[in-house]
Amino acid sequence: MRYAEAGLSAEGGSSKEPIFSNSVLGVIIFIMAEVMFFLGLISAFMISKANAVEWPPVGQPRLPVEATAFNTAILLLSGVTMYLTGRAFDREGFSSKSKMLFLVTLGLGTFFVVFQGFEWARILSDGLTMQSGNYGAFFYLIIGAHAIHAVGSLIAQGRLFWKFRKGTLRLQSFRAGQTFWYFVVGVWPVLYYLVYLD
Amino acid sequence: MADTATATAVDHHDDHGHSESFWSKYIFSTDHKIIGFQYLFTGMAMGLIGGFFSYVFRMHLAFPGSEVPFFGIVSPAAYNSLVTNHGTIMIFWVAMPVLIAALGNFLIPLMIGCDDMVFPRINRLSYQIFLISAIVLIASFFVPQGGFGGAWTAYPPLSSEAEYNGTPFGAPMWLIAVTLEIVAFLLGGINFITTVMNARAKGMKLYDIPMVVWMIVIASILFMASVGPLVAGAVMLLFDQTLGTGFFDPAAGGDPVLWQHLFWFFGHPEVYVVLLPAMGVVIEIICTFARKKLFGYKMILYSSVGLGILSFFVWAHHQFISGVDPRATYLFTTTTLLISIPVALMLFAMIGTLWGGSIRFTTAMLFALSFIAEFLIGGVTGIWLGSSGTDIYLHDTYFVLAHFHYTFVPIAIIGTFSALYYWFPKMFGRKLNEFWGKIHFWGTIIPFNGIFLPLFILGAAGQHRRIAGYTAYPDLYTENFQDLRVFATGSLIVLILFQIPFFVNFIVSLKRGQKAGPNPWNANTLEWVAPSPPPHGNFGDDLPQVYRGPYEFSVEGREEDYWPQNEPDPGPSETSK
Repeated sequence: MRYAEAGLSAEGGSSKEPIFSNSVLGVIIFIMAEVMFFLGLISAFMISKANAVEWPPVGQPRLPVEATAFNTAILLLSGVTMYLTGRAFDREGFSSKSKMLFLVTLGLGTFFVVFQGFEWARILSDGLTMQSGNYGAFFYLIIGAHAIHAVGSLIAQGRLFWKFRKGTLRLQSFRAGQTFWYFVVGVWPVLYYLVYLD
Repeated sequence: MADTATATAVDHHDDHGHSESFWSKYIFSTDHKIIGFQYLFTGMAMGLIGGFFSYVFRMHLAFPGSEVPFFGIVSPAAYNSLVTNHGTIMIFWVAMPVLIAALGNFLIPLMIGCDDMVFPRINRLSYQIFLISAIVLIASFFVPQGGFGGAWTAYPPLSSEAEYNGTPFGAPMWLIAVTLEIVAFLLGGINFITTVMNARAKGMKLYDIPMVVWMIVIASILFMASVGPLVAGAVMLLFDQTLGTGFFDPAAGGDPVLWQHLFWFFGHPEVYVVLLPAMGVVIEIICTFARKKLFGYKMILYSSVGLGILSFFVWAHHQFISGVDPRATYLFTTTTLLISIPVALMLFAMIGTLWGGSIRFTTAMLFALSFIAEFLIGGVTGIWLGSSGTDIYLHDTYFVLAHFHYTFVPIAIIGTFSALYYWFPKMFGRKLNEFWGKIHFWGTIIPFNGIFLPLFILGAAGQHRRIAGYTAYPDLYTENFQDLRVFATGSLIVLILFQIPFFVNFIVSLKRGQKAGPNPWNANTLEWVAPSPPPHGNFGDDLPQVYRGPYEFSVEGREEDYWPQNEPDPGPSETSK
C-alpha cells in the first residue's frame, strides 16, 4: 500500500509515472463495464423496438420530448462546469472560484435528477407503467438505470465536496469522481436520442 | 526463519501489530494474501457442495427410482434444481473465485513485487459481497419449493415463469446471488488490472510480467467487457419474475431469444475468463519443471489477446437451434473454428517449452501436463459443436455435456490442483506430500476420463441432457446404455473418494509438511523472493527490483540453472546478456 496509497509508483514502483493514477484508472475500467451494461440495455431495447408492430404503441402516453431536451441541456452544462471545476482546482487549489464551480456542478446535477423525478411522476400519473407493455418497461428500465448512476455519482460528489470544504480533498480522488460524472453526462444524450426521439 | 521475517515486517507495520484479534486478522483483513485464502477456502467449500450435487444426480441417473444415500429419492423437481445449481456453483462459485480471485489476489502483488493491491479496502469489500452472494445462493435451497430449477443458462420462459420452473422463490434468489457475485468480481477485476498496470516493481517492463499475471489481467478485462449485457439481462429477467414486465415474453411484445443473446454474449467469453488463468498456471509450472525458457512469450501473450477479442464474436454457436438465421450460423461457425487457432498456438507453445527440457515429474507438473492432454480432448470435441451442421444433431445431448466438462474440469479442477501443489509452499511455508499427491493425481485423472468418455457415447446416441429419468424412454433405457451410466457414476464415486487423500494431505501438511524455504522449486519469479509464507507487506522493507524476464532457466554460462528476476547482472565482463 505504501506507494499504492499515494497513487505513485516512483518509490520502488515502475520507473515511469503511470499514465493514469490508480483511482482514475479504476474508474475508467469500471466505466468500461458500465458502457457494456448500457449497450446491453440499448441493444435489447432496439431489438424489441424493431420487433414491435407499432412504436410507440397507440393509446399509450407520449414521453415529454421538449421538457427533457431542456433537462438534457442542463446536464450537459453541468459537464462543462465540472470540467471548469477540475481546471480551477488543478490551478488554484481550494480557491473560492473552484468552490463556486463545484457547487454549481452539484446544483445542476441535482436539478437534473429532481426534474426527471417530476417528469416520471407525471408520466406515471398518465398511466405509463412497467406493466403496461414493453414501451413503458424499457423506458423505466433504461432511464431508471441512468438515474441510479446519476444519483450515485451525485452522492459521491457530495462526499468529495465535503472533503473539499475541509481542505482534505486530493486531486486524484476528484479526478475519479469527475471521470465518472463525464460518463453519466456523456451517456445521457445517447439515451435521450434512442428513447425519447428515435 | 520465516517467523523472524514475519516479526520484523510486523514491527514495521505497527498498524497491523501482534495484538490483532482473529477477526481483524483473518475475517476483516485487507491483506491480499488473506483475501486470497478467503476466496480459496470459500471456493473449495462451495466445490464440496457442487460435487455433492453431482453425486446425487449421477446416482439417480444410474439407479433411477432407488434411494440415493445421504439424500433420498430424487424427484424430477429436485433433479432440475440439483443440475441447475451444480452448474451455477461450479462456474460462479468455484472456478471463478479459486482461479481468478484466489490466485489473482495471492499471486499478483507477490509476482509483480509490490506490497499489496492498490485498493485494499475495495478488495475486502469484493470478498464480503462474494460471501453474501454465496450465502444467498445456499439460502435459496431452503426456501419453499427449493432452489432454482430452470437450468444454469436460465432460458425464458422456463426461468421467468414460476409455473414452468416450479421455484417461485428460488429463481429470483438465484438471479440476485449471481448478480452479487458479478459485482464482487467487478471490484476484484478493477483491482487486478489497476495493480498490474500501476504498481509493478522497479524495472519490471510489460514483457517481464509473469504469464499467469498477464492471463489473470486479460481474463479480468474480458470479464469486465462481457458481463455488462448479462447484468442488463439479469435485471430484466428479475423484473419479469417479480414485477410482471414482459421483456422476454412474446405475449407482451418481448423476445425470449433476446435473453439467450445477452446470456451467451457473457457466457462464451466467460469460458476464456476461467481458461486463461489456468493456462497461466500451467505455463508457470511447465517452465519451472522443464527448466526451460518459455517458448514464445510474446506469441502466447498476443494469442491470448486475440483469443479474447475473438471470444466476443462466437456466442451464437450456443443458439444454432434457437431460430437464429442460418446465414448467421454460418458466420458463427467460422469464428468458432477460428478461435481454435490461438488456443492451439498456446498449447503448442507449452509443448514446445517441454521439448528438450529436463523435466521433473512433481505432482504439480503431472497436473499441468494432464491439463494439456485433457483440455485438448475438450477442444477437439468442440469442433463438432461449433459447426452448425453437426450441432443440430448433438445439441443439448450428453455429448455437449461431456465436451464442456472436458474443458471445465481441466480448467477448474486440474488447473487448481496444479496451482495448489505448486504454490502451497509459498502459501503456508510447507510442501504438500508428494507421494500422496501422486496418488491423488492418478485417482483424479483416471476416474475423470471414466466419467465423461462414456457420456460422449451416450450423447452421440441421442441422450438428452436435461431429462431426469430415462425409464420412460425404452430405446434409450437399454442395458448397454444403462451400463455406461452406471460406469460413469461409479467413476465419479471413485473420483470423490480419491479427494480424501488430498484433503488429509492438505490439513496434515499445514502443520507437519516438509518445511520449504523461500524458493523450494528454484523458480525465477518474484514471489519466490519473499519468505514462505510471506509476511504482511510481502518483501519487508526493500521491495525487489527486476532485471530480466521471468523464465531465464538454464542460461548458458551460469552455475545454477535458474536466474531469479531480482538478481542483478554480474557485470559486463562476465556476461553479454
